[in-house]
Amino acid sequence: MSLLTVEGVTLQYGNGNKPVVAAHRVSFSVARSDRYIILGPSGCGKSTILKAVGGYVQPIEGTILLNGNAIRSPGPDRIFVFQEFDQLLPWKTVKENIVFALTASRKVQRREAEERAAIYIEKVNLSEFAASYPHTLSGGMKQRVAIARAMAMQPDILLMDEPFAALDALTRSKMQDELLQLCEESKFTVLFVTHSIPEAIHIGTRILLLSAHPGRVKAELNSRDADAARIQEILFDGEMTS
Amino acid sequence: MRKLALLAVLAAVWEAYARWLANPLLFPTFSATIAALGGAIASGQLPRAVSYTLTLLLKGYVAGLVLAALLTAFASVNRIGADLLEILTSMFNPLPSIALLPIALIWFGLGENSIIFVLIHAVLWAVALNTYAGFRAVSPILRMVGQNYGLSTPGYIARILIPAAFPSILTGLKVGWAFAWRTLIAAELIFGVSSGSGGLGWYIFEQKNQLLIPNVFAGLLTVILLGLFVDNVIFKTIEKVTVRRWGMQS
Repeated sequence: MSLLTVEGVTLQYGNGNKPVVAAHRVSFSVARSDRYIILGPSGCGKSTILKAVGGYVQPIEGTILLNGNAIRSPGPDRIFVFQEFDQLLPWKTVKENIVFALTASRKVQRREAEERAAIYIEKVNLSEFAASYPHTLSGGMKQRVAIARAMAMQPDILLMDEPFAALDALTRSKMQDELLQLCEESKFTVLFVTHSIPEAIHIGTRILLLSAHPGRVKAELNSRDADAARIQEILFDGEMTS
Repeated sequence: MRKLALLAVLAAVWEAYARWLANPLLFPTFSATIAALGGAIASGQLPRAVSYTLTLLLKGYVAGLVLAALLTAFASVNRIGADLLEILTSMFNPLPSIALLPIALIWFGLGENSIIFVLIHAVLWAVALNTYAGFRAVSPILRMVGQNYGLSTPGYIARILIPAAFPSILTGLKVGWAFAWRTLIAAELIFGVSSGSGGLGWYIFEQKNQLLIPNVFAGLLTVILLGLFVDNVIFKTIEKVTVRRWGMQS
């Protein structure tokens, strides 16, 4: 049985007389331990779909089920990693950020939270910086903390919204490898949004291709038998030649 | 260090000018002022006045903060509250609190309550406005992160919104304090005349009536020193252990 089922979901933003349809009747399902990539050009509603899974946006049509239960609001069973560097709480140290996430969501008691925080900080190689405040860290380090924080929560599914997009190319490819390794180790289920075809192929196990304005499903592939040229062709069929 | 040297130079200039003027009724020397300050402290008169003033200040400040919190909470939950806050602050911010003293005297009579009323007015608008602006400026990402943990509404406010808005809240507290301090001394100067209560403003006024001008200067110096202490020690320390450490200074 699949962990996450998205069935005929239509999303729009901006209310009033001119709502914009971000995604139109999108369906897909994510199995446990999948690294499921939503790939598409800007304007295909991929971030909005992720926010809907997160519970921040309500679909106007269709259903989103996690473990068979409808998603109504944000919750600690689905942890977000954002692209923005300011997702860490600036008034807490690296370690406290993780401990706070664990205790505020009542996942574990403080003592266990501290142990778990130390483990995950170690996993992302930031033990030296456990007592540092976020503003003293580089962008890549901040994203590592955000990933460690999300993983320490051990959610049913990790929701990643282009977490590496704001990093320089070298750091990005290093972080991609690290993420892959962490996922291999602990069999996390990840729903990952990106507009980068190489990133999708590198990180994902399955890839969902969306078209833009509004977002519609074009195809779903196994990343094993996907190559950049083919994805390019599916995403932009015809448009490129005109 | 440079500033200390400059202060010493200023004190020397003061001393020299006062000696040259040789009119202690108009302008006492620095040394006479310091001596008067020492005497007033030793006699217990000045410490009593200071503690009276600070107690009053604290009462008004805390009451102002509580009201500011309520008003901000109201403004945060609905639009009418937000509009109300905006209208009230733009109306009352330009109004010097001390201008309300006459009416406060009619409403609350001669007593602490009138002064507390004007102090609340001095604190309330600055703090409410800054806190509200701070809440509104909390980044949507931080809000989403906070919601992600499934916090209750009070938990979300206390553990996400307030710390995230803290730089702005602190600015409000500082501005509120500055208004309150000036207002209080002024109010005591006017008000002490009729009630004979023993604040610092009243001390200055009373010493002037007895033509103890060095004591008047000692009182003024105390006002300055207390103001500097709160700004440079209390607020600086709060800043150092919070916003500066967090890299959130605006």
